[in-house]
Amino acid sequence: MAPTLPILILAIPFAMFLILGIGGVKMPRKVAGTLGIIANGTLAVLAYIVAFTYFFSGSADFIIDGVRQQYQVFDVTWLAFTDRMVVNIGFLLDPICAMMLVVITTISFMVHLYSWGYMEHEPGFQRYYAFLALFTFSMLGLVVATNIFQMYIFWELVGVSSYLLIGFFYKLPSAVSASKKAFIVTRFADLFMLIGILVLSYCVSQTPADGPLGTASAFNFLMLNEQPTNVLASTLGATFMGGSILTWAMVLIFVGGMGKSAMMPLHIWLPDAMEGPTPVSALIHAATMVVAGVYLVARFFPLFCVVPDSLTFISIVGAITAFYAAVVACAQIDIKRILAFSTISQIAFMMVSLGCAYDQPIEGVHYSGLGYMAGMFHLFTHAMFKALLFLGAGALIHAVHSNDYTKMGGLWKYMPITHWTFLIGCLAIAGIYPFSGFFSKDEMLAAMFNRHWFYGVWMTMVAGLTAFYMFRMYFLVFWWEENPEYKKEGHKPHDAPWQMSVPLIFLALVSCVAGFIPFGEFVTYNGEPYHIHIEPQVAATSLTVAVLAIALAFVMYRKKNSLPSKFKNAMPALWEAAHRRFYWDEIYMFITHKIIFNGICRGIAWFDRHIIDGAMDGMASMTQWASLKIKGMQNGSIQSYVIWYFLGAAVLAAITWICII
Amino acid sequence: MDYSQFGAMLPELIILGLFFIVFLVDTFTKDGEKKFLTPVTAILFALSTIAIWIIPASDQAIFGGMYVDTAACKVMKAILNIGVFIVFLQSAEWVRTDEIAIRKGEFYELILVTLFGMYLMISARHFLLFIIGLEAASLPLAALVAFNKKHYDSHEAAIKYILTAVFSSAILLMGISFVYAFSGGSLYFEDIRNAISVGAHSGLLICALAFVIAGIGFKLSLVPFHLWTADVYQGAPTAITSYLSVISKGSAAFAFFVIFVQVFGTLYSGLWEWMMYAVIIATITVGNLFAIRQKNMKRFMAFSSISQAGYIMLGVMTESAMGLGSMMFYIFVYIVSNLAAFGVISAVENKTGKLSMDDYDGFHKTNPRLSFAMTLAMFSLAGIPPFAGFFSKILIFTSVTAVDSMALYMLVLIALINTIISLYYYLLVVKAIWLKPGDAKIERFESDKCDRVAMCLCVSGIVFLGLVPYIYDYCIEVAPTAIATITTLL
Repeated sequence: MAPTLPILILAIPFAMFLILGIGGVKMPRKVAGTLGIIANGTLAVLAYIVAFTYFFSGSADFIIDGVRQQYQVFDVTWLAFTDRMVVNIGFLLDPICAMMLVVITTISFMVHLYSWGYMEHEPGFQRYYAFLALFTFSMLGLVVATNIFQMYIFWELVGVSSYLLIGFFYKLPSAVSASKKAFIVTRFADLFMLIGILVLSYCVSQTPADGPLGTASAFNFLMLNEQPTNVLASTLGATFMGGSILTWAMVLIFVGGMGKSAMMPLHIWLPDAMEGPTPVSALIHAATMVVAGVYLVARFFPLFCVVPDSLTFISIVGAITAFYAAVVACAQIDIKRILAFSTISQIAFMMVSLGCAYDQPIEGVHYSGLGYMAGMFHLFTHAMFKALLFLGAGALIHAVHSNDYTKMGGLWKYMPITHWTFLIGCLAIAGIYPFSGFFSKDEMLAAMFNRHWFYGVWMTMVAGLTAFYMFRMYFLVFWWEENPEYKKEGHKPHDAPWQMSVPLIFLALVSCVAGFIPFGEFVTYNGEPYHIHIEPQVAATSLTVAVLAIALAFVMYRKKNSLPSKFKNAMPALWEAAHRRFYWDEIYMFITHKIIFNGICRGIAWFDRHIIDGAMDGMASMTQWASLKIKGMQNGSIQSYVIWYFLGAAVLAAITWICII
Repeated sequence: MDYSQFGAMLPELIILGLFFIVFLVDTFTKDGEKKFLTPVTAILFALSTIAIWIIPASDQAIFGGMYVDTAACKVMKAILNIGVFIVFLQSAEWVRTDEIAIRKGEFYELILVTLFGMYLMISARHFLLFIIGLEAASLPLAALVAFNKKHYDSHEAAIKYILTAVFSSAILLMGISFVYAFSGGSLYFEDIRNAISVGAHSGLLICALAFVIAGIGFKLSLVPFHLWTADVYQGAPTAITSYLSVISKGSAAFAFFVIFVQVFGTLYSGLWEWMMYAVIIATITVGNLFAIRQKNMKRFMAFSSISQAGYIMLGVMTESAMGLGSMMFYIFVYIVSNLAAFGVISAVENKTGKLSMDDYDGFHKTNPRLSFAMTLAMFSLAGIPPFAGFFSKILIFTSVTAVDSMALYMLVLIALINTIISLYYYLLVVKAIWLKPGDAKIERFESDKCDRVAMCLCVSGIVFLGLVPYIYDYCIEVAPTAIATITTLL
């Protein structure tokens, strides 16, 4: 494949960022918006072409004997530190990358279009589009990275653009603190990731230069993925605190993914990130950036397989997070927060699924990477229906001017398009046939049951909770009791303008049909096609659970009644704890403010103020003193200049001569 | 004599041809038609720069090894050419002023002659040719420094420059004559190299080394041979100051490297290693110490450029091709960064006549774009990532530490500490521009179009030279050809 298209895919959003970022101030809103939308539409078309070429062209670069290959479109050296420590910038095409290209550009295009309506009256409209372009660029750069280092660079760029977008309403103190929180928490996690990368590069550099690696770059994914065992076997012997060095490296890298994907206990930033504009939440905090952690695990999957312990770790973290987030989501009032916790829970679902995928037979059973395929499938379907739900929530907020469901209720009459699309989103996430979520969730649950019955049962329970809290929100927003405010003049809610409705309808259609995509034909852990078949037992169980949960939600929330408050009063402590997200923020505040600030930072501050600053001040006063002393040398008289000149040469010669004899 | 050998001197011939074209056009046009001179010169010069970039080096030594034409020399010349092109653009406004307009032809001619001299310095592998180049690069500069005929400062600067230059030439020639005594009657670099390895450690040779360091150190304004710098920089017209501070310095640094590695290479350890060690530390430190007290922007830039020369000279300490490559890259980055700063200074001076650092208080309120360029230039000179200056510093430090000697580690450490001091005074400018309260002292003005083009070139250089690795790689790749044995090229 000629590198033109891939380069364009990266260049267009970056150019848009520069154009809108620098020239946006002088641009009318219409021009900036149109420009952003057209550029993103083009980008989406290009990404589709690349993905379709990859999947369907049958070229030997991409598929050999039915096995899909990883293909580097280009890979140029950027920085060469040593022969092995080489940082490249390139474009890697493989199944997950092609899929992500489609997901990112589709959602990004939908959000661009939607924002035109949603952000119409906000100040800084042009800046908003510039940041969206920056985010799209970083995310695309992240998924096409050919090596760990490039991935890390874009990983951080994604963090920065997320920071900029969460803090978009920079006049609101809550938005500012939310953006800081998101940046600091994810950056903190990235620190571990960086350590993991360093450890990993150490592992790789231990292999001899004439070994299987040759002198290939220590960071290249092709190399790491092709022969992980050969490459890393030599380091497996070394252990640290009971785990092999490689296990530690992979777990540390995964911690970076935990930060971006908001896994427990690093999830605290995501609910607050809802302070950003709602379309941003749809793009970044539901569909693309937060699944970067999942993508990371998928990208490093062959390496994770070498050390199965790390996969177990991923499953356990995912299982705990999924359950926790689902419980919390049942007790939130803000609809965006409910969606945020639902996102955390669903991403954790994908994590568990990846963790349950093994390449190697364990205890005689071959798991054949079903979990990997299912996780990726769910990533795809989830991106679509979660973006739909967020955009729907945006339309509701746009109509009601509040995030709170208590201000809503009975909206089905007023906003039919939003209502129907939102319902489709809810059915998809609840896993009802034939909506997309059903198919991906079924595959994931099958993989989990294969791995261990406990994961299967546990996650089926989470799936039930998901159906319950989603429909709780659905009924409370669209049915329950009509808010009397609507009757007042000028307060009647109505459907959003076409720029906002079109993305909703499009994403709803996708969510209806995406489940029938034979996903296993396209994306699998080793490139060989996998034939998806519904497992009747799993499907029946999960469907039953989902329907029961929806029925429960129906009974409780269809019409205004006292059941919910009875439940709440029956276990006030639990409700309060869940509502306060089990006090995680308070725990963090305690640890940072009380323990770290008082215990550690004071000492560091003292050291900084007295030793570091003292040394600097000393240097400064010494410099000033010396500079005063030698001032006379530069007296403006040419005679003295020449004397200094000659003396300088003579003294130089004399001293050297004295020294060597 | 085989005249076809002149073919290898293509860059020099191009510059010489350009000189004659400008000279003829200048002589045979009426005063009223002189306004075409600037665009004609600039365009022809840009074309010549491109030509020098594109034409491959012949990798030949001609005239018995007096002159070599290798890839490294060519790259160095091309780098200087880019700098001169920017200087031409930045001076466009100044040469239009009534006082200068009538003589602008002279300005271009003198600059082209000095550039020719610098080309010879870079390619010379024989002391005679080197001296011719050095003088051709020095003497016209005195005329340029005195170019503001009616300004007393300009005269004073020119007198100081010419007297010191003459003195330094004398010292240099004296040093070379000592070397000549050793070489048995040859001034070819190669011959001298072979001859003096026998007579190492004699007092005469040490004198010769010290005098050559002093002689070329004058052009580079190394401490203690730098005292002319501040006065001359301050008095000279700003366009000439920027030319002196980057182009003249760059060519001298390259020639310095070639002479010390090719001629005196055998005397490195134990001899000029320590001499340069002392000179470099003195240069960086003294330059910094003086810079922090300056209030006049041109004097400030003078001392900053002295300190920068010390960093450039770090490349010589490595005595390796990697050092030369890093040095060339450093010079390139230094050229764009310094010219960005001088571009702002000269624009402000031309429009308002203000030169003091205090005048820059609140500059951003009236001229945000120039403030931005100045800030980037200061960041780059101070070596703040991700600007080019950071990469050039880190690469030259890396090349020095690659030698793996304790003394050189110490040298890098001292240079690093000095970087912190330099950060202080570079940031003083940034602070004045952005943070000082009160109204701006410089009113809003529209800078000249040529100046804007030059600023864009400089700023893109500052941003991209470091991030795009090819230029550095290319410098490293071609560097070995500069110090290759000449006999293999003959």
